[in-house]
Amino acid sequence: MRILFRHKKTRTIAKGRLKILLISDRVNCSPQMMELLKNDISKVISKYMKIDEQQMEVQIGQTDGNGRRSERKPVLYINMPILEIGKHGIS
Amino acid sequence: MSEVIVITSGKGGVGKTTTSANIGTGLAALGKKVVLIDTDIGLRNLDVVMGLENRIVYNLVDVIEGTCRIKQALIKDKRYPGLFLMPSAQTRDKTAVTPGQMIKMISFLRDQFDFIILDCPAGIEQGFQNAIAAADHAVIVTTPEVSAIRDADRVIGLLEAHEIAKMECIVNRVRPEMVRRGNMMSVDDVIDILALPLLGAVPDDENVVIATNQGEPLVGTATMAGRAYRNICARLVGEDVPLLNFDSGRHVLSKLSGVFRKSQGAKL
Repeated sequence: MRILFRHKKTRTIAKGRLKILLISDRVNCSPQMMELLKNDISKVISKYMKIDEQQMEVQIGQTDGNGRRSERKPVLYINMPILEIGKHGIS
Repeated sequence: MSEVIVITSGKGGVGKTTTSANIGTGLAALGKKVVLIDTDIGLRNLDVVMGLENRIVYNLVDVIEGTCRIKQALIKDKRYPGLFLMPSAQTRDKTAVTPGQMIKMISFLRDQFDFIILDCPAGIEQGFQNAIAAADHAVIVTTPEVSAIRDADRVIGLLEAHEIAKMECIVNRVRPEMVRRGNMMSVDDVIDILALPLLGAVPDDENVVIATNQGEPLVGTATMAGRAYRNICARLVGEDVPLLNFDSGRHVLSKLSGVFRKSQGAKL
């Protein structure tokens, strides 16, 4: 019965897991380093606006390189919700 | 012009040796002069897959150490005039050979053969380094499974670092019915992830086990896998053979046999 209610096909799950796994394998970037990076970025941005540090996400991804391996480049994705803008405005 | 092709995968058990045996035999059937070299020192298997295990006198390590001449270690396969096997040593370990020695030995073989096919051991240690040292072209074998694809990606990274110019992949053990039900990644999914050109896809076929039981490579036979391997060999000699479409529609089997019938006149 459980299979009937399973929405996502395992093919899609496998592909999704692999995409994330391979990016971290290829970049070889430790979780500790990512945490340090996240803290530093949040410090810098906090000088200018109030951000939600709890909801902030830092992730390494990859451009698709038009399907060609050699043209793929790592990309840093940062997602930080802004709580207040302008109050701490650039002086 | 000879071409040195290494068959590699990272993960064990995905079909490197079966692929090597079938590519070597298939190329010989197309009239090429081929030598298959088993580089898995200590765990040799290409000899049994080829059915030549009873004819071994000398092996790869004997050649490297100068115990025999290259010609003495080459077993002539009686099925095709241009097919030879250089077996690996069973009682030695990978440190018996260095990448430099492999390059030197293969440079001698280049004059005598059209294709030199190297069956690489699993893993990324010295045995792998030996196998890729002299290769012009790498064929990465993988299956549509997370672990095999992850290892393939790692190996591709190492081959890139080694500056192997030509890399292609074979997706082995595809089960079209599972792909159709959404329970297995398709050939396109795998290619999308690895971003390598596809040399061919081989369906999961029980005839591979039957062939291995008998020590007879099945390339060129009327089986699904036999036809897939034949197409791979045709592509390696530069023929433009369309890729088989495994995952479209319900009647995959009948579609496949249609494709096969059309291309049967080709070669072999």
